Amino acid sequence: MSVIFDILAAVGLWEAVLRIATPLIFGTLGVLLCERVGVLNLGIEGIMTFGAMVGWLTVYSGGDLWTGMAAAALGGAAFGLLHAILTVPLGLSQHVTGLGITLFASSFAYYVFRLAVPVATSPPTVEPFRPLDVFGLADLPVVGPVLFGQTAPTYLALALVVVLAWVIYRTPLGLALRMAGENPHALDAQGVDPIRLRIWAIMAGSALMAMGGAFLTLAAFNSFFPTMVQGRGWICVALVVFASWRPGRALLGALLFAFFDAFQLRLQTVVDGVPYQLFLMAPYLLSILALIVMARRARVPQALMQPYRRGER
Amino acid sequence: MRFERRERPSRALSVLAPLGAIVAALLVAGVLIAIAGANPLTAYALILDGAFGSRLGFSETLTRTTPLILTGLAAAVAFRARVWNIGGEGQFYLGALAVAAIGMVPALAGLPSPLAILVCAAAGAAAGMVLLLVPLGLRLRFGVDEVVTTLLLNFVAVLFVSLMIEGPMKDPLAFGWPQSVPIPDNAILPTLMDRTRLHAGLLIALALAVAVWWVQARSVFGLGARAAGLSPRAAAFAGVPLARTLLLVGCLSGGLAGLAGAVEVMGVKAYVTTDLSPNYGYSGIVIAMLANLNPLGVIAAALFSAVMFVGADSMSRALSIPSYIADVTVALSLLTMLVAIFLTQYRIRR
Repeated sequence: MSVIFDILAAVGLWEAVLRIATPLIFGTLGVLLCERVGVLNLGIEGIMTFGAMVGWLTVYSGGDLWTGMAAAALGGAAFGLLHAILTVPLGLSQHVTGLGITLFASSFAYYVFRLAVPVATSPPTVEPFRPLDVFGLADLPVVGPVLFGQTAPTYLALALVVVLAWVIYRTPLGLALRMAGENPHALDAQGVDPIRLRIWAIMAGSALMAMGGAFLTLAAFNSFFPTMVQGRGWICVALVVFASWRPGRALLGALLFAFFDAFQLRLQTVVDGVPYQLFLMAPYLLSILALIVMARRARVPQALMQPYRRGER
Repeated sequence: MRFERRERPSRALSVLAPLGAIVAALLVAGVLIAIAGANPLTAYALILDGAFGSRLGFSETLTRTTPLILTGLAAAVAFRARVWNIGGEGQFYLGALAVAAIGMVPALAGLPSPLAILVCAAAGAAAGMVLLLVPLGLRLRFGVDEVVTTLLLNFVAVLFVSLMIEGPMKDPLAFGWPQSVPIPDNAILPTLMDRTRLHAGLLIALALAVAVWWVQARSVFGLGARAAGLSPRAAAFAGVPLARTLLLVGCLSGGLAGLAGAVEVMGVKAYVTTDLSPNYGYSGIVIAMLANLNPLGVIAAALFSAVMFVGADSMSRALSIPSYIADVTVALSLLTMLVAIFLTQYRIRR
C-alpha cells in the first residue's frame, strides 16, 4: 500500500498526466469532430503516424517547431480529404475506408522516413518543445510543474477543448455540425449542404489527429520510429464513446486514461515479480472496459455511419 | 455530377474491377518510385524477377501466400456477414502460440505425424476463435462495436505472446533470445519443394479457400450469413437465427486466422517470436476486399500481395527504394478497389 501512496505523492506522476494526455486530447477531439457530423474515421492511427513523421521531418530539415505542427496538420487534412471524398460523396464503407487510410498513411510515412533517413543505427533527433513557465508560476510547489510547466502544444490542446465545446454548443456552425450527424435531411432542408459540411469537418478533425501525432515526435519524444503511435489512435476512438461525444467529457476521459497510464508506468518499476507485459496491456484492457460500461448509455449521433444521398432514404 | 445506382451490377466491370484497382495503385506507387529517383518500370521488373525469377524467389512467394490466403479468408467470411473482425493479427499470434504450447506437451512427440499436425492445427484454430468470440460476445451482449475491441485486442495478444515467450515458454537453448521452445519434428508440415521453405500449408490454405467458397455459396449457413450481413432485420424475419449465425461466422473467421498462425509455426518457423507476422492479419483485410469477399478470389489477391512483398525486398536491395513501397502499393490497392467496386454498382451521370 505504501508503494502506491509513494507513487501518488510524487510530483512526477502528476506532471506526466497532462503530457501523456495531450496526444489523446488532440486525437479524441479529432474523432469527435468527425463522428459529430456522422462519419467514423478509422484513419486516425495512420494519420497520427503520418503527422508524427511529417512534424519530425519538417523540424529535422530546418523548420521551426510550430512549422512542424502546421505541416502535420496540413498532411492530416490531406488524408482527411481523401477519407471524406471516399466516404461522403461516394458513400463507401466507413470501416474499410478508414482502415485503408490507416494502412496507406502509415506505410507512406515509413516510406518517406526511409527515403529521408536511408540507414540509421539510432533514429536522428530534433530539439523538442521546452516546458514553459506560464505566468512565472512553474516554480510553485507541486501545482507549478503540473499545471504551469507543460509544453506549449499541451495548452493548445486544452484551449481547443474549450473552443470546440463552444463551437458545438453555442454557435450556428455547431448546430449545423450536430444536425449533419443527427439528421442531414433536415439540415439540407435548411439550405446547408451536409456533404460539404461533412467534408470540411473530417478535414479539420484529421488535422487535429495529425497534430496529436506530431506532439509525440516534437514534445513527448524527439525522434520518429515506426509503430511509435502504438494504438493511441484506436484508444481515442474508444475514448470518444466513453465521452458520449462531448468535448468536456473527452478531456476528462483522456486525463483519466493518462493518469492510469502514468500510474502503471511507475508501478512497473517498483513492483517485482509481475511481468511488465501485464502493465503494458492495461491501457488497452482499460479502453475495452470503458467501451463496455458506456456502450448502451452513450448518445450516439443518429446518422453515424449512414452516407447521405439527396433524395434517398 | 451525380451517381445513379445500376439496376444490376455490371458483370464485365466486376471482373475488371480488381485489375483496374491494382493498375491504379501501381500507377500511384510508380510516381512515388519516380520521386525517389528510380525508373518505376525497372522497379516493377525487378519486383517480378524477385518474386518469380528464381526457384528460391518463387518458393518464397508461395510460402508467403499461404498465411495471407488464410487471413484473407478470415476477413472475407467475417465481412460478408458484417462482422468487422479487424483482430486477425492478434488471432494469428494466439493461434501460433497455441501450437507452441501444445508442442511443449511431451505426449505430442509420441503421436503419428498426421495426428500431431491435426492436434496442433485444431489448437491454433481454437485459440483464434476464442479471441474473436470475446469481442463478438461483447457486441451481442452489451452492444459494444467490435471494430475497436478487436483492434485493441491485437495489442493485448502480442503482449501476451511476449509474456509467454519471455516467461514459461521461453526456449532455454535460444541464447537468451525471446522465443518459444521449438515444436517436435512430427508436428512439422512436410515441405513441397526440396531445399526451400515451401510447405504443405499451401495445400491446406487452397483446400480451405474452396471449402469456404462452397459453404458460402451453397450451404444454408452461408445464405444465412450473407442475409445477416445485408439486412439483419430482414434475415431475422425470414427465420435466420441471428446470434447463432454471427457466432458461427465468428468461429469460422477467428479459426481461420488462428490456423494461419498455427500453419506458419508448423510450416516455417517451428517456434514463436513477436515478429512472426509482418502484418499478416491486417493484410488479410486488404486481400479480402481486393477479392471482393469471394473466397476463390482471395487466392489471387493473396498471391498479388505476396509478390509485392517478396519482390519489393529484392528490388529494394538493387535500387535503394525502401521496401515499404510494397506496403504502400497494397494499401493503395485497397482504396482503389473500394472505388472500383463503387463503379460497378453506380454509374456517373452529368
